[in-house]
Amino acid sequence: MNIDDRVLSYAERLTFSLRELYSRYGYQPYRMSKFEEYDLYSRNKDFLISDSVITFTDIGGKLLALKPDVTLSIIKNNSDSGTKKLYYNENVYRVSKGTGSFKEIPQTGVECLGEVDSYIIGECLYLAAMSLLEISPDFVLDVSSLDITGAFVERMTDSRAVQDEIFRCLSQKNSHGIISICEVNGISPEAAEPLLNLMTLCGSAADTMPKLLGLCESCGCTGYALELMEALRVLEGCELYSRVKLDFSVISDRGYYNGVIFKGFINGVPDSVLSGGRYDKLMKRMKRKSKAVGFALYLDMLERMGDTDDGYDVDTVILYDDATDPDTLIRTVAEAAQNGSVHVTKDADNKLRSKSLNDLRGDVRI
Amino acid sequence: MKDMLNVALPKGRLGEKVYAMFEAAGYECQSIKENNRKLIFENPSAGVRYFWVKPSDVAIYVERGAADIGVAGKDILLEYEPEIYELLDLDIGKCRMAVAAPEGFRDDSRRTLRVATKFSRIAADHYASKGRDIDIVHLNGSIEIAPILGLTDVIVDIVETGATLKENHLEVIEEIVPISARLIANKASYKFKNDTIDRLVQELRNDQDS
Repeated sequence: MNIDDRVLSYAERLTFSLRELYSRYGYQPYRMSKFEEYDLYSRNKDFLISDSVITFTDIGGKLLALKPDVTLSIIKNNSDSGTKKLYYNENVYRVSKGTGSFKEIPQTGVECLGEVDSYIIGECLYLAAMSLLEISPDFVLDVSSLDITGAFVERMTDSRAVQDEIFRCLSQKNSHGIISICEVNGISPEAAEPLLNLMTLCGSAADTMPKLLGLCESCGCTGYALELMEALRVLEGCELYSRVKLDFSVISDRGYYNGVIFKGFINGVPDSVLSGGRYDKLMKRMKRKSKAVGFALYLDMLERMGDTDDGYDVDTVILYDDATDPDTLIRTVAEAAQNGSVHVTKDADNKLRSKSLNDLRGDVRI
Repeated sequence: MKDMLNVALPKGRLGEKVYAMFEAAGYECQSIKENNRKLIFENPSAGVRYFWVKPSDVAIYVERGAADIGVAGKDILLEYEPEIYELLDLDIGKCRMAVAAPEGFRDDSRRTLRVATKFSRIAADHYASKGRDIDIVHLNGSIEIAPILGLTDVIVDIVETGATLKENHLEVIEEIVPISARLIANKASYKFKNDTIDRLVQELRNDQDS
């Protein structure tokens, strides 16, 4: 099968090249049904980006949902046996923040379930960075560790509610907000200082790692920094390593995620296009003993990338009428189709923008 | 609009004050001072492009990446919770979000409290944290009139001097949160224009300290 890649949209071309990338690293394609039992999502609502789900009652009376998320289905449908490396390319159905209505969102991603160690996390980070590179060389992969930020925040206060407020400020790089939370809740400035220092630690992994180790040492969580360092080692020799930054404003739900988490950005796209991390806690909540790590790439965010309008709808328009010789028409169309796209019509008033016009009406010849 | 730093300024007195702060920090743009109806002004040599937008829209321009940075009130950030970085409290445009009621009002906890406000989320969050059952009446302006006409029991609104409340025989019965102008940044722009934005934040911080 020969496919002219000009007929493929940017999203299709990207999807194919990502499939190739993930297959090269031994990840298997994973297909799933569009529907899932609603119960799966109602039990894990906080894990979903939006808790609104499209539901309907199946013939047998069972309440089903159009998938708002892929990860939960993958965990549900895979047992604890062995390590599974999977990739998917699916549509999910969520409420869009902008319109407040449901949207079909194409998503591609990678999940590894089973024996997850520093190498596997590093491989996942590498694939995330490579996925971003497929889109544009001008990308940034922000990496953080929930274990590290958790340790820094927990030493400030035991109150879960105050911790959540601090995490919210952390995700907004809002240091003045953290200072004011501390004032209101009687947390000393000394207790807040390590976290405020952690927030300023933002830059290439190579430059910031030594400072991170120092900070973690003073907070008694060197082990977490070493884990992060170990995972990043997989990328160290690669050119794209300079695009990997440590940024502790990357936050995910602490009830589901743990350890290394990350977000990917492309210059020119206003929000993160990739999000992922380690989710052992979610596995545990779903009664799985194994560990897991993965990421999703939101293809809807890339809608305005790649495809450029050359100003034409079609290469050639061929006009004909009842007086046109059929053999001439068939031959001319075949020749034009060899050299590009062709639109054959009797409608002389068509509004198509074409590079050339071939008028075969009556005895008119161009 | 790629290499320039795109700044969304809130139209009005606050925006003019903010521009003066940016100018002092090295991001001047003389054309913005001309008396005309233009909305976009740029100074390529300083690498900055300003545009005037409605104050409540600044966060949208920044969240969607049309502006790299902007200045928005904390009230807007709390109400709409945009996905942005809040980099600095500029310490200007100070006021407070408060609950106000007719003078001498007493809350009858046996009844649902009727609340008129432009800030439905802030009001809902505030009363949810107290476990108080409320009925929100969303209004877009002249909020003070609602309790006077018996539409609601109280209002949740921004209070600056309290003069309007006083003239209408209302009084603040509870403060919810202090409000001031905040410097916000688009999350992706911050990654790719990091040096410029950080430098500006530092300049503004230095000006505040001096």
